[in-house]
Amino acid sequence: MKKQDENRIKQLLRQSLPPIDPASVPSRDLWPAVLRRLDAHPAATAAGLLRHNWFDWALLAGLVVFALSFPATIPVFLYYL
Amino acid sequence: MPEQSDSLLDRFRQGDLDAFESLFRVHQRSVYGWILRIVRDPAAAEDLTVETFWRIHRAHDRFESARLFEPWARRIATRAALDWLRARRLESGLAAPNFDQDVADVPSKSALDPGVAAEIRSKTAQAFARLPPGLRIAAVLSLIEEQPHREVAAALGISVGAVKLRVFRAIRFLRKDLLDQGITP
Repeated sequence: MKKQDENRIKQLLRQSLPPIDPASVPSRDLWPAVLRRLDAHPAATAAGLLRHNWFDWALLAGLVVFALSFPATIPVFLYYL
Repeated sequence: MPEQSDSLLDRFRQGDLDAFESLFRVHQRSVYGWILRIVRDPAAAEDLTVETFWRIHRAHDRFESARLFEPWARRIATRAALDWLRARRLESGLAAPNFDQDVADVPSKSALDPGVAAEIRSKTAQAFARLPPGLRIAAVLSLIEEQPHREVAAALGISVGAVKLRVFRAIRFLRKDLLDQGITP
C-alpha cells in the first residue's frame, strides 16, 4: 500500500469524523452516578471470586471427565473449536 | 496532569472513599475526554466514565502505588470503551450509522471541509463503523486523534509494533470497503 493512499484515507477519516474537542467536559457532575453504581454493585469480595473460581473449575473437571469417558469425542471438540 | 501524593494513592489503595473521590475529581475530565475520543458519543462517554471509575474502585487493592494513576485509569477506560463497542456491534449488527446525527452530536475541534462531498464522508463513516473494535480503537486514536503510538499502546496494553500493525490493517480494511462502495481513496 502506498504512503499516498494511507494519507488520503487518513484525510478522509478526519473529514468524516472530525477530531474531538480536547476541552470537552461531561454535561453533569458524574460523582453521584458513581456513588449510586458503587451502592448497587459493591466491589467484588474474595468470597465472590472464590465462587467464580469454583464454578470454572467444576466446568473444567466435568469436561475432563467427559473427555476421558468418551475419548472419541475429542477430535470432534477440537474440530469445532 | 500532576500526579497525586503518595499518601492519597496509598489511602485510595486501602479503599478510602474520600481519597477515591479526590482522584475522581482530578481525573474525571481526562478519562471522559479519552473515552469520548473512542466512542464519539457524549452520552455513552458519560456512562462509560461512571463504569470506568466503578471498575477503578473495584480494583483499588490491585493498584500499585509506585505506578502513575493516569495511565492506569486510561487503560481501564479503554477496556470499558472496547467492551461497549463490542456490545454495540453485536446489538446493531452492521447497520449503517446515522452519520449526520453522529457528527452533529460530537464536539469537534475542526469544521468539515465543504470540498469533500457529504456522500463520501457518509460512506467513509459507515466503513469506519464496520471496522472490528480492536482495529477501530487503534485507528481512531492514531489516525483521527493523532495520539502517539506509545500512548495508544499503553492504553490498549499492547506493544507499539502491534499498534502499528492494527493501524495498517485498519487502513487496508477501510480502503477495501471504500473501493467496494465505489470510492477510490
